[in-house]
Amino acid sequence: MRLSQATGRRLIAAVPTLWLLLLFLIPFLIVFRISFSEVRLAIPPYTPLLAWHHGALHFEVHWSAYSFLFTDPMYVSSYLYSLKVAAVSTLCCLFIGYPMAYAIARSGPATRPLLLMLIVLPFWTSFLLRVYAWIGLLKNNGVINNVLLSLHLIDHPLALLQTDFAVYIGIVYSYLPFMILPLYANLEKHDETLLEAAADLGARPWRAFARITLPQSLPGIAAGSLLVFIPAVGEYVIPTLLGRPDQLMIGRVLSDEFFENRDWPVASAVAILILLLLIVPILLFQRVERRQLETEA
Amino acid sequence: MRTRGLFTRVALVLGLVFLYVPIISMIVFSFNNSRLVTVWDAARSPTLKWYGVLVHNEQILAAAWLSIRIAVVAASAAVVLGTLAGVALARFGAFRARLLLAGMVTAPIVMPEVITGLSLLLMFVALEQLIGWPKGTGAVTIALAHITFCMAYVTVVVQSRLAGFDESLEEAAMDLGARPLKVFFRITLPLILPAIASGWLLAFTLSWDDLVITQFVAGPGSSTLPMVVFSKVRFGVTPDVNALATILVLLVATGIAVSTVWMRYQQRRRERDLQLAAAANL
Repeated sequence: MRLSQATGRRLIAAVPTLWLLLLFLIPFLIVFRISFSEVRLAIPPYTPLLAWHHGALHFEVHWSAYSFLFTDPMYVSSYLYSLKVAAVSTLCCLFIGYPMAYAIARSGPATRPLLLMLIVLPFWTSFLLRVYAWIGLLKNNGVINNVLLSLHLIDHPLALLQTDFAVYIGIVYSYLPFMILPLYANLEKHDETLLEAAADLGARPWRAFARITLPQSLPGIAAGSLLVFIPAVGEYVIPTLLGRPDQLMIGRVLSDEFFENRDWPVASAVAILILLLLIVPILLFQRVERRQLETEA
Repeated sequence: MRTRGLFTRVALVLGLVFLYVPIISMIVFSFNNSRLVTVWDAARSPTLKWYGVLVHNEQILAAAWLSIRIAVVAASAAVVLGTLAGVALARFGAFRARLLLAGMVTAPIVMPEVITGLSLLLMFVALEQLIGWPKGTGAVTIALAHITFCMAYVTVVVQSRLAGFDESLEEAAMDLGARPLKVFFRITLPLILPAIASGWLLAFTLSWDDLVITQFVAGPGSSTLPMVVFSKVRFGVTPDVNALATILVLLVATGIAVSTVWMRYQQRRRERDLQLAAAANL
C-alpha cells in the first residue's frame, strides 16, 4: 500500500513528538503535580492528588512544600546564591570569551579551523574530569599553591578550593566554549569595510567598536550568555566538587532533598521554582535560536 | 586598529592557556610517583604505575563497558529520532504540532540537568505503578533518558544543515516522479549525512559523559563510568583518575585529528574533481 505524502509526513513528525511528550512534557507535569503533594511514608512517598473522604472525591492540593521553601532561610539563600553565581560567571565568560571570539574571527583563514578546534576540543573530553582537574590545581597542597610557594610569592598556601572563587573558575572554565562559539558565529559575519569606513571618517578603534561591532554582535552575546547562565543556575557537579560546603547551590539542594531527605514534594517544588526563574531566559534563548536558523535559511 | 588586534590576540592566547593548563596538569600528574598526589616527586617519576592500577580496576572497567554500550544505543536511537524531528521542522513548513515539537525539542538542551533527571525518574516510577514497566531503574531507563536529551542536539544539527540547502533538489526529484521515500533516501539523506555523523558523535559524547541525569535514573548495579569517577573524586584527588583522563584526552585528540585530516582530504579531492571537470569542459 502506498502512503499518501501527507500521511507520511504526519508519521515522521508524530514519532519524535510522541517521544518528547512521553519523556519530556509528561515527566515535567508529574513534577508539577507532585510539588503540590505532602510527603508521607508510603510507596510512592507522597499524597495522591485525588482522595476519598467520607464517600466523596476530594481534590487535594497542598502548598506545604512551597511554604516550607519560602520560610526556611537556607532555601532562599541558596536560591539567591545560585542566581548570583550564574550571573557573575556569565559576565566573566563574556569578558573572557568576547576578545577570544573576536581574535578567532579576525585570524587568517588557515589558522581559524585550528583555533576553533582548540576551543572545542576540551568540550569533547569529559566535563567531570575537567572539573576534577581543578581540585588538583586549587587545593592547599595543589599545583597553584606549590608554584606560588616555590616562587616565594606567598608564605602560606592560599585557601582556593571550597570557595566562591573556585566555583566561578569551574563554571567559566566549563562553559567558556559555549560563550565563544555563538559569539564567533556572529562576529565572523561582520562586514569589516564598515570599520574601515569608520576609521576613514576619523573614529578611534574603541569608538568604532562601541558603535558598530558591539551593537551588531548583540545576538551572539545574547545566545552565548543564555547558554552559560541557564545551565549555571542549576549546576550540580561544579559546586559539589569545588564549592563551599556551607553554601549550597539550588541544584544541589534539589538533589539532596530527593536522595538524602527522600522528600519528593519538596524536591519537585524546588524544580518548579528553578524553572520559574529560568522560563524567561529559556524562551529568550529559543527565540534567538529560531532567528538564527531563519537568517541561515 | 593594531593595538586592538594585539589585545584580542593576547586574550586569545591567555584564554587557550586557561583552557589547557588543567588538562595538561592531569596528564603530567598521571605519571607522578608520589604519595602526595599533587606534589611532583622528581626522584621516582615518571611512572606508569597508575595506568597499571587503572586497567586492573574491575569496577572502572565494568562501568566503562556499560557506559560505552549505553552511549552507542542512545546515540543511534537519538540520531533516528533527531533526524525525523529535524526533517519535520526544516521541511514540512507549518504543521499543527510544529510549535509543540519545536519548543520541546530544544528545551532539554537548556533545561538544568537536575530537573530533567528528577522529572524522568518520577515519570519512570509513575509508569511502573501504572503498567508495571520499567521494572525498577537501570541500564534501560538510563538509555531512555539519554536518548531524550541527545535527540535534541541531533535535531538542531540536522535542522541547521537542512536550512543551509534549499528544497530545489528535492523538488526537482519529485517533479521527475520520484516517490517521497526515494527522494529522502537518494537526495535528503546524502545531503545531511555529515550532520548525522557529527550528531551521532555529539550524542555519543554527551551520553558517555553525563552524570547528573544518569544519577537520577540509574538503579543499583548500573553504575556508569562518570558515576564511579564522581564517587571517587568527591573525596579528593586520586592518581588513577588522572591516568583515565589522560587516556580519554589522547583518544579524543586522536579522533579529532583523524577526522580533521580525513575531511581535509575529502575536500581536496572534491576540489580536484571540480578542477578536472572544468578542464574537461574546456
